[in-house]
Amino acid sequence: MEFWFTELHTPHVKFSVKVDKHLYSSENDLGRVDIFDSPEFGRFLAVDGYIIFTQRDEFIYDEMLSHVPMAVNPKAERILVFGSGDGGVVRELLKYQSIKTIDLIEINEGVVQACRQYFPEMAESLDDPRVTIYTENALRFIRHIENEYDLIIVDSAGFYGPGESLLTREFYGSCYKALKADGIMVNQHQSPFYEEDRIETQKAHKRIVNSFPISRVYQAHIPSYPSGYWLFGFASKKFRPVIDLDADAWNRLGIKTDYYTTNLHKGCFALPAYVERMLADVEKIKD
Amino acid sequence: MDQRRAPVYEALQEFRRNRVVPFDVPGHKRGRGNPELVSLLGKQCVELDVNSMKPLDNLCHPISVIKEAENLAAEAFGAAHAFLMVGGTTSAVQTMVLTACKSGEKIIMPRNVHRSVINALVVNGATPIYVNPETDNHLGIALGMKISQVERAIEENPDAVAILVNNPTYYGICSNLKRIVELAHENGMMVLVDEAHGTHFYFGDDMPVTAMAAGADMSSVSMHKSGGSLTQSSFLLTGPNVSPGYVRQVINLTQTTSASYLLIASLDISRRNLALRGKDLFKEVMRIADYARTEINKIGGYYAYGKELINGDSVYDFDPTKLTVYTLDIGLAGIEVYDLLRDEYDIQLELGDMGNVLAYISIGDRMREVERLVSALFDIKRLYSKDRTGLFDHEYITPSVVMTPQEAFYAPKEEMIPIRETNGRICTEFLMCYPPGIPILAPGERITQEIIDYVLYAKEKGCQLTGPEDEKVECLNVIKEHATY
Repeated sequence: MEFWFTELHTPHVKFSVKVDKHLYSSENDLGRVDIFDSPEFGRFLAVDGYIIFTQRDEFIYDEMLSHVPMAVNPKAERILVFGSGDGGVVRELLKYQSIKTIDLIEINEGVVQACRQYFPEMAESLDDPRVTIYTENALRFIRHIENEYDLIIVDSAGFYGPGESLLTREFYGSCYKALKADGIMVNQHQSPFYEEDRIETQKAHKRIVNSFPISRVYQAHIPSYPSGYWLFGFASKKFRPVIDLDADAWNRLGIKTDYYTTNLHKGCFALPAYVERMLADVEKIKD
Repeated sequence: MDQRRAPVYEALQEFRRNRVVPFDVPGHKRGRGNPELVSLLGKQCVELDVNSMKPLDNLCHPISVIKEAENLAAEAFGAAHAFLMVGGTTSAVQTMVLTACKSGEKIIMPRNVHRSVINALVVNGATPIYVNPETDNHLGIALGMKISQVERAIEENPDAVAILVNNPTYYGICSNLKRIVELAHENGMMVLVDEAHGTHFYFGDDMPVTAMAAGADMSSVSMHKSGGSLTQSSFLLTGPNVSPGYVRQVINLTQTTSASYLLIASLDISRRNLALRGKDLFKEVMRIADYARTEINKIGGYYAYGKELINGDSVYDFDPTKLTVYTLDIGLAGIEVYDLLRDEYDIQLELGDMGNVLAYISIGDRMREVERLVSALFDIKRLYSKDRTGLFDHEYITPSVVMTPQEAFYAPKEEMIPIRETNGRICTEFLMCYPPGIPILAPGERITQEIIDYVLYAKEKGCQLTGPEDEKVECLNVIKEHATY
């Protein structure tokens, strides 16, 4: 039996993963969640037919969303995470003793429940006493909050569907307001490679540039995502992502990682020319 | 009657199955002759773009499936007769006016009527008797007609043949329609109701009274607004004292003889949808609107108004699905908030005027988009709010009617002069501020300095001005100075 999971990366490009078993499927008004076992990527979770994470490469994504901002401001104590109901980002954050609270907003409770059952090694982080999970609309949660968080991590599922509101100007504006004077926001920024993704990346970048005084983009290699090449956004009120990195201080923390290093940190903000250009194109259009 | 039926829709399904070979119009022949049109609209849609024929009936003279669809609609709306309209609610409104009055006759109406009403007067030569609606000076919006004002208009114009009423206004405000119908009928006048914004009144619970329930003679219902049908499709409803045959003749004076079956079918299935599920659908719409009002009022600085405006007379009732927000207290004109929402937040509202923005909440809305709207308003206040001094907040201007719209529109002695120089002159064309499309000037009205100031201010704030022959709206056509009227 040949059993393949196929995702359309563009209308003209397919990405297929050979599957051993279809373990789980459930659908509600927020979308359809499926979990598969595969020989190459291990167990993976898809929402509405798009791979959200795989056991094999989630470490790259989760480490890059967590350690890059934490290394710039290791004093961060109060963290807010949008999405990431699988617990991967929280697992990385819990490696910092200094963090006091992690508030996690995951509107799709089904994802949290499915992950607790099928990815217990990731989701067990969600049971840490420092973590509080809220299942409500992200915009509703954040719009009345002011000056409370040191770091906001935006792990949106994609540009369409229920996660769409995490890519809007009103959302970034609300994040700015909810951050302290030296607050940092990081977000996943899609891939710059395929045309449609690129346009959305540019739109999101423009909105962040308009909302934060400092806004930079960094990159990582994530094999299971469209084009395998992925961007992240680093926006802040005060800290600059490379100049303000205290590599020695972070290395003294002795945190074990599989992708992130302080050397990689310095390099990941160096972008290919075509990406620099597409970002510069929208940075110019300031209000 | 069985409201689960949709006769036109069913006939179209049947027609599709029969695979009839077309040697008739439209010439694209199920899209084969225009592949780009097919890729834009989809095969299914283009295949249904067909001509009137025996199995599909004819909108000019319905005898089979369209007639059945009209009967079902009449029952659903509680009307004696319903007409499917394909020229927008504009055509329904014009039919009402052309049915009720003719040249030399008077028709009583509030000034905040839609342009289509006055356009109909240009066509038929009747004289408008304007009842000045009350205005809410704080919000700067026109309200409903007070009963005392309607009584006075009737007393002063006993020869008027009809009264036209908005139910509700663009802003969701209702007059005491039942009482107006009583007054009109006691004085031998017809009651015409513009229910462009009132489709849902016929289906939801706890809604203001509908024209048909209030005993009005005719009503124009924009099914494509809150009813969910395709843009440009609409219903004209009539009461028991109106001859449907005569109304059909009036409709046929101006209606196309090639009515679109996409529009007709959309009316048919939308009526079915609302008849079967309207109560629940509009309950949800009301819940969303209420939630949004509460959340927006929590922000501070904005005022999203609701039933508290009701005062028993000029605001006799209020449409609970309307989400109108007063913005001047954060120092921004409504039109500025409207533009910011579109340009900066990718959110398109229904209208922005001097003091308000209106978000249209309907059966297609979801909570997640409402959360975006609320948060965007929050963010706009944080980033753009200003001191409110210098903001112009007067919206309603009392017109001075010097001649009928028809006389003025066709007046031979006209000249085009810059707006700033028109004080005291008689305008021969329309001037509308869009949205909401309520005339600032109609043909035959005297221009005042107040009007000029308002127009220049609206232009500066980015309102879209339409109507005049001069498309840049720098000049207006007026009656020549030496002409005496």
